[in-house]
Amino acid sequence: MAAAEEASKPFAGLSDVSISEDIPVEGDISVPVGSSRRDDEFSTLDEPVKETILRDLRAVGNKFVHVLYPKRSSALLRDWDLWGPLLLCVTLALLLQGGAADSDDQGGPQFAEVFVIVWFGSIIITLNSKLLGGTISFFQSLCVLGYCIMPLTVAMVVCRIVLMGGSGAVSFAVRLAVVTVSFGWSTFASTAFLADSQPPNRKALVVYPVFLFYFVIGWMILTFSPSQ
Amino acid sequence: MASTNDPFQFQEFEEAGNLLEANRDATTISIEDEAIQTENQRKSGGLTAGGDDDEDPLAYDDKSELLSGQKKSVPFWTFEYYQQFFDIETHHVKERIIGSVLPWPGKNFIQVYLRRNPDLYGPFWICTTLVFAIAISGNISNFLVHLGKPHYKYTPEFGKVTIAATAIFSYAWLVPLALWGFLLWRNNKIMNLVSYSFMEIVCVYGYSLSIYIPAVVLWILPYQWLRWTSIVVALCLSGSVLMMTFWPAVRDDHPKVIIAVMSAIVVFNALLAVGCKAYFFSNPQPDLPPNSTAIEVQPSS
Repeated sequence: MAAAEEASKPFAGLSDVSISEDIPVEGDISVPVGSSRRDDEFSTLDEPVKETILRDLRAVGNKFVHVLYPKRSSALLRDWDLWGPLLLCVTLALLLQGGAADSDDQGGPQFAEVFVIVWFGSIIITLNSKLLGGTISFFQSLCVLGYCIMPLTVAMVVCRIVLMGGSGAVSFAVRLAVVTVSFGWSTFASTAFLADSQPPNRKALVVYPVFLFYFVIGWMILTFSPSQ
Repeated sequence: MASTNDPFQFQEFEEAGNLLEANRDATTISIEDEAIQTENQRKSGGLTAGGDDDEDPLAYDDKSELLSGQKKSVPFWTFEYYQQFFDIETHHVKERIIGSVLPWPGKNFIQVYLRRNPDLYGPFWICTTLVFAIAISGNISNFLVHLGKPHYKYTPEFGKVTIAATAIFSYAWLVPLALWGFLLWRNNKIMNLVSYSFMEIVCVYGYSLSIYIPAVVLWILPYQWLRWTSIVVALCLSGSVLMMTFWPAVRDDHPKVIIAVMSAIVVFNALLAVGCKAYFFSNPQPDLPPNSTAIEVQPSS
């Protein structure tokens, strides 16, 4: 009975507590200083702009390194950002311009088409993996797919350099080799991050759309032909 | 008090289950009973109806329950509603693709492979793959035909992806929609034993396109006889899968309606295949420099 009454009035017991005057009240009642100092460390209000930008750039660069060495670390998943994907996508779309698209209506992909394919493609792949029951969050997946375009963007740079030399059979063979390697790299890197979030009997179902996505991007890069 | 309530409830359920088992013919209205009835209906309507239905109905129900997973009715705007169409594993997709490529007499695709668990994964990615396969192999074949011609300048023809996507996705969605509406209308007129849901029809149509992916890749080689042979083979395979699937649904109908439905299914399938071949693999004239063609063509015409 007493317990029930106590439960109904949770703080009833506290009103009875009185401190007799002969016991001196002691204790440290200052605000804990340590935690506020730690807050200051993370506070970015009063740091120079240069540091802010450099820190973000370092985070982006760090993720690029993770894509280049796709070891199974969760750094790319833990703090996602979409700066890298945006940067890579814009670079790729810009490099794909100035091709046959300018002169022909049936030419290569336009800037907007590259953008739509990269972003909608990765959104659809992400939705697909979420619908299949993946444990990875939406933006984490977008981040991984976007960062893993990097080998293909590098391949695009190499292709443009090779195309400056000429567009014969040798140049095509070199481009084919470069695009194939970077396509494999992209797929492997993104799979290393994404496949872990899936139950083992559904891994192939998640990997296949990723494969198709990078294959199409690789195709766009391989078929790029500059206007003469 | 709450702890003493639980055993009572549990016993109540068990009792109901026992009753249901004891007199199966009794008209008890419950969800399980309905499920069993529809299952028996489907089973008897299908071509695979065997004697095992009467021998061990409970085992069959258990199996189908396990395979179909728990069907919760969730509203369509939630994520879980769409998740139930992706409740599928790798070996299911493999079996379904193989089942759609190799029609076996007497094997109804919906009843053998889907088992009340239609998925959207297969149809969507098969259609997407087919879109890019058509666009890319059409482009490669165009390049191979004009290889070595002096005035030909290679272009990636990226706009073809859009056209292929429009054609294939509208085929894979609109034809099932029309077919579903038609079957629903006929079901009201004549009681058919077999009725398919919209998702099941979409699923069959999506998987029936999978045979076209290798066919389209074969079309890269610039031999007309090879292309027509592969079209005919693909058409026979996917057409027969569709025919065998929809045969039980219209079997009890008027002969004219049966002929109309079956020929519509085949004609649309053939239209897609031949249309894709004609449009994407037509090998247009090599691009002459625009100035010279304008000068040459205009006086003559």
